[in-house]
Parts: sequence; structure tokens; C-alpha cells
Amino acid sequence: MDHAAIMAKLEELMIDVFDIDDLAVTEATSADDVEEWDSLSHIRFMITVERNFKIRFLNEEVAELRNVGDLARSIAAKLA
Amino acid sequence: MLTNLEWLLPVPADYRARLKALRAAIAASTDPMIVEEELHALSLARLDLNQLGHLAGAAASHAATAAAHGPLARLRVGLLGSGTLDLLAAAVAGSALRHRVIATVATGDYGSAIRDAIDPSSAFRNEHFDTVIVCLDHRSLGLDQPRANATEARAAVAGAIDTINAITAGLADSVSGAIIVTTLVPPVEPLFGSFDAVEAGSVTAMITAFNAELAGLAAAKAVILVDLARIAGWVGLHHWHDAGQWQQAKFAIGPDALPLAADAIARVLGAIRGTSRKALVLDLDNTLWGGVIGDDGVDGIAIGQGSARGEAFLAIQQMALALRQRGIVLAVCSKNDEDVARTPFRDHPDMVLREEHIAVFVANWGDKATNLRAIAAALNIGLDALVFLDDNPVERAQVRRELPMVAVPEVPADPALYPRALAAAGYFEAITFSDDDRVRADAYRANAERAAFAGTSDMAGYLQSLDMVADVRPFDSVNRARIAQLINKSNQFNLTTRRYTEREVAAMEGDTALATLQFRLVDRFGDNGMIAVVILRPTDPQTLEIDTWLMSCRVLGRRMEEATLFHIIAAGRRLGATVITGTYLPTAKNRMVADHYGKLGFTLVVAGEDGSSRWRLDLADYTPPALPMRFTGPSAV
Repeated sequence: MDHAAIMAKLEELMIDVFDIDDLAVTEATSADDVEEWDSLSHIRFMITVERNFKIRFLNEEVAELRNVGDLARSIAAKLA
Repeated sequence: MLTNLEWLLPVPADYRARLKALRAAIAASTDPMIVEEELHALSLARLDLNQLGHLAGAAASHAATAAAHGPLARLRVGLLGSGTLDLLAAAVAGSALRHRVIATVATGDYGSAIRDAIDPSSAFRNEHFDTVIVCLDHRSLGLDQPRANATEARAAVAGAIDTINAITAGLADSVSGAIIVTTLVPPVEPLFGSFDAVEAGSVTAMITAFNAELAGLAAAKAVILVDLARIAGWVGLHHWHDAGQWQQAKFAIGPDALPLAADAIARVLGAIRGTSRKALVLDLDNTLWGGVIGDDGVDGIAIGQGSARGEAFLAIQQMALALRQRGIVLAVCSKNDEDVARTPFRDHPDMVLREEHIAVFVANWGDKATNLRAIAAALNIGLDALVFLDDNPVERAQVRRELPMVAVPEVPADPALYPRALAAAGYFEAITFSDDDRVRADAYRANAERAAFAGTSDMAGYLQSLDMVADVRPFDSVNRARIAQLINKSNQFNLTTRRYTEREVAAMEGDTALATLQFRLVDRFGDNGMIAVVILRPTDPQTLEIDTWLMSCRVLGRRMEEATLFHIIAAGRRLGATVITGTYLPTAKNRMVADHYGKLGFTLVVAGEDGSSRWRLDLADYTPPALPMRFTGPSAV
């Protein structure tokens, strides 16, 4: 799965998690850009990502993510 | 299979589009009948936590804005527990729709479950919920560290039970219904190993002791139990306890197990609201036996010991029979010639199910939705009381499309797993088990015989020949559970559909301002059990209002309506009333009693625009009819 495919999948998941039909996701998208992305939905988001990509994050890895691009790269590293 | 709730359908591809359409329908105040059936239909899939939460949100906005109630029950629920509860609350609300309850679930403050319950000024207590779920874990109850010896272990368990008792006592006055408490799920990590089960001070042994005491509280009706320990066992403690998620987000139940945990709680909410299913309708070929009876003949079908395939179908029959013994009515719905379909029940020596176990037997070449309608009508129960088990995905799809209120489990390809899929779905969840339940299936069977008998003689002669004896008495503690069960389950012959909890029923027993009546009916075919419940409240010294009047549809056409009124009049005279008033409050299910009071000679006082009506009867105008039954019991006249 290449970076673009991971980004596309993340957009699909975010539409589902945050329940927004017309969400446009870029590398720089972060919780600051999405009103529905709060601490609780963030947890749902990470659970959903873990389930869909069949990976697990360590707590300290989650803490280091700044935006969706970081998340996609972290997923790619785990899938490699 | 169990973690993913595989008795439900996969999430449909157009799920988001349907949810969007549903939200638009809710915003446009569409008919609650349509909105609520779609909420239910969308819930019948293997929804993840996101989807459960979104659906719960739609249900909550419908409940907050809809002018009228549709076919789903309502319940206002408080949730107290350990750690972060928001995801569990949303998942319970979403799952409750599967069990035909619109539950609004509010959580207490983080980490303050005990204070929320005990502090009289807490916002939680002032919400006055219908019921509260207490979902604490072993950490919150001080059972997460081993104790040095048996004495200390006993003290720790007693302390944990004291906490539960303090919570239920604290909530008693502010919550109208029962308090639900979940059992504790032991941690994965052994200390000694298998010896944990032997050493009283181990965490595992203390949790086992706590759960046993909690079951005792439930048996004494102090709480209603949700056995999460058992559910955790289904999917494994490793899935249940997600150490990373506990440390990061304080989820006491891991995300993988949360949809199942939420459904296990939701089905008990359904049982409280009386939405548990009452009848199991069985297909025959490749569902109750292997093969096709019309092609393979009695000698050719697979049923019974001797082959793995035959044993698989035997296990299905044994489960159906066990359900029947706890009060679930069995029916057959098969595409077959009836004589052929009945042959194995009569002639196959290995069949566990016999014709006498089947209350309604429908075998023809018509479509199954039509036949299920006929079965519900013959049993006098709603379609939403049916579960339909069929191996054929085409038949299942047809029934789901035509009759979304009938529960239709998906079954795995291997019939060896049919009993597990059926049982795990939780359709028949119960919170009590009464003597009436033990004999219910026989009663439905006897009713079918009465119907056949009725065809042979005139009505008055038939009723006389039944040798009916009705027992009439006020509410009492012996029958309390059954009275509460009827009050919460009866939908069709129910004038006001007012629901009262067992605790509220108990309070009525000692209330001298009220008059209460319960009726049982015995006839030559057997005991019909409790068949009517009445609550009378004075509105002024001369007037007695019929707050609640419900009857079992089993005894329709037996003139029990008149017999009940006869005793309502007597109760009114005892209390010095001169007028009896009655109200009809329409619901989606009780249209059959819209003109109940008119038929009994009451005068219409006012008819509301919503279909409701108020009626009155002056005692001076009442002439007692000659009734075809005798009366016994302390309230009999």
C-alpha cells in the first residue's frame, strides 16, 4: 500500500468516524481543522485506523503524530 | 463469530446513504412508524463503534423531536461505571434499537460513579432516569490487588458488595425502575496460575465470590444482573481487556469487545421494556433436519445420533425444546405439503421435537412472510414477538424485506453452529422466570385445541362447557413479578400502556388509596395463568379512574372483559365511588381496544384529536350480566 492509497483510505475512514460527507483531507489536516475531531472522537479514530490496517500503535507513537500525513507515514512504516 | 455479532447482517454498502436519508426524514417529522422501523432496520447489522454512535445520535434526535411514539419502546437510561463511558453509552443506545428500544443513555461524571449515586445533590440523581446501569470494574471496587488471606479477601468482597448496595440505595428514590449491575470480568494475568481458583485472596477468586453474591442480590430482586463475565468468556479475556486502551483512554472494556458488551446490556434493556421475543418459528428442511423430506423421505433425512450431520440437527431440536420449556412458543413455517412435513414428527424415532411441541404448524407453498403473519395472528402475538430460523438466505431476505420487525438471524454455513448463532443473538433475554413461563408453551397449545373445539358448538354452550373458574385478588408479593412482567409486556389489549416497574408494583400492594386486581383463569383444558391486571385510582371521592386495564389476548372471546368490569364495579362500590372513568390512549399496537369501553356500555366523555378517548359509567346504570364462569379468591364477588 503506497502513501497515496493510505491517504485515500484515511479520508474514507475519517468521513465515517467524524460523520462528515464532504471532508477533504490533506497531509496537513489535523484536529484543529475538523470541528468534530475532539479528544473522544480521536480515540474512535485511532481505534478505527488500527482495526482497518490491522496494526497497533504504542501510546508514545500516537503522542508524536501532528497531522494526517504523519499518521499515514507511521502506518506505512508499520505495514512495511 | 461472536466478537463480530455474525448473527447480524454485514453492514450494507449504502449504510451512510440510508442514515443520511433517515436524518432528513427525522428533520422533516416523517411518520414515527416509518422512522422507527428504519432505525431498527439499520441497527440489524454488524455496526462498529462509529456506526453505532451515529445511529444512536439519529435515534436521540428523533426521540427529542417526534410528536408521537412509533412502534419502538422508550427508555431513559443513566450509565455509571469505571473509566471513559462515552463510547459504551453510545454503543448501548445504538444496540438498543436492535431490541426495539429507543434508549437515551447519559453518563455520570468521569470517575465519580459512587458519588453520583450517593450524593443527593448530584446532577445524575436529579435526572430521574427510568433505569441505571452500574458497570464498574474490579479496580473501582477495590478487588484489583490480591489479599493476604481468606479473612481479608472476604472483607474486600463484602466491601465491594457494600458499595453496590450503597449505590442502589442512593439511586432508589430518584430512579423509577430497576438498577442494572454488571458482573466483574476477571483480568487475564494469573498470579499463582491455576491455583488462583483455590486461593481465596487471589483477584480471580475474589471476583468469582463477588459475582456469586451479586447473583444473590439479583435473585432477591435488589438488582438486575448483566453477566458481562459470561459474555467476556465468549470472546476471551484477551479481547475484553485491552491493556493499551486502558492506559491510554481508560476503556475498561476493549474496543474489540465493546459492540458485543453493548448488545449484551441492550438486550436486558429490551427485556425490561418487554420487547424480548416470545416465539421461535422454525423452517424444516435443512433447519430442523438435514435433507429435504419431500425428496429424501423419513428414512433419508439426517437427524439423531450416528452421524455428525444428524447430531448437528439434533442439537438444534434440543435447543428449541429447551427454549419451549422456559416459555418460548414454537411454530413451524415450511414450504412443503403439510402431510409430508408432519411425517418426521410422527414417525421418525430420533426426532426430539414432536407435534405436541408445535403450537402452530404451517406447511404450504405460499410465501413465508404471509405465513408468518398467519402464525402471529394464530398465536395472538405481534410480528415483533417472532424469531424466524431458516437456513435459506433467499427466504431470510424475503422475510426481512416484507417484515422488518421479525427477527431473522444470519446462520453460518455449518448447521453445527446454528444453536450458537441463535442463542448468542439474545432474542429471548429474560429478567425473571415465573410459573406462568414454565407452562406458557402448553397454554398456547391448549388454546389451539380450544379453537378447534369451539368450531363444534354454539358460542354460549361452548363457553359453559369450558368450566371456567376465575381467581380474583389484589396485587400481592407472590405474583408481583408476573404482574410487573405483564404491565411491561402487554401491548395489544392494553388501554393505557402505562409501564410500572416491579418496585412500583410492590408499592401499590400496600397503598390503601388504590384498588388493584389480578385475574387468573382455569378451564377444562388447563391453567391460562394470569390473564388480566387492573389498577384503579380515585380522582375524587366519587370517581374511580381505571389507570391500567390489560388482558392477555389468549382469553379473548371468553367474556373475561365483562367479568373484569364486574369486579371493577365491585371495587368501586367498596371504595364508595359512584362513577367509574376510563381512558383509551392509542399506540401503534392497541387499536383492538379503541372501542373497548363503548362495547362495555360506557358513555363517551371526550374524544381527543390524537385518537384518545375518555369514558364514564355511572354505577347506578350498571346491570351485572350472567357470566359463564365461577369466581374464587379474596376479591371475588
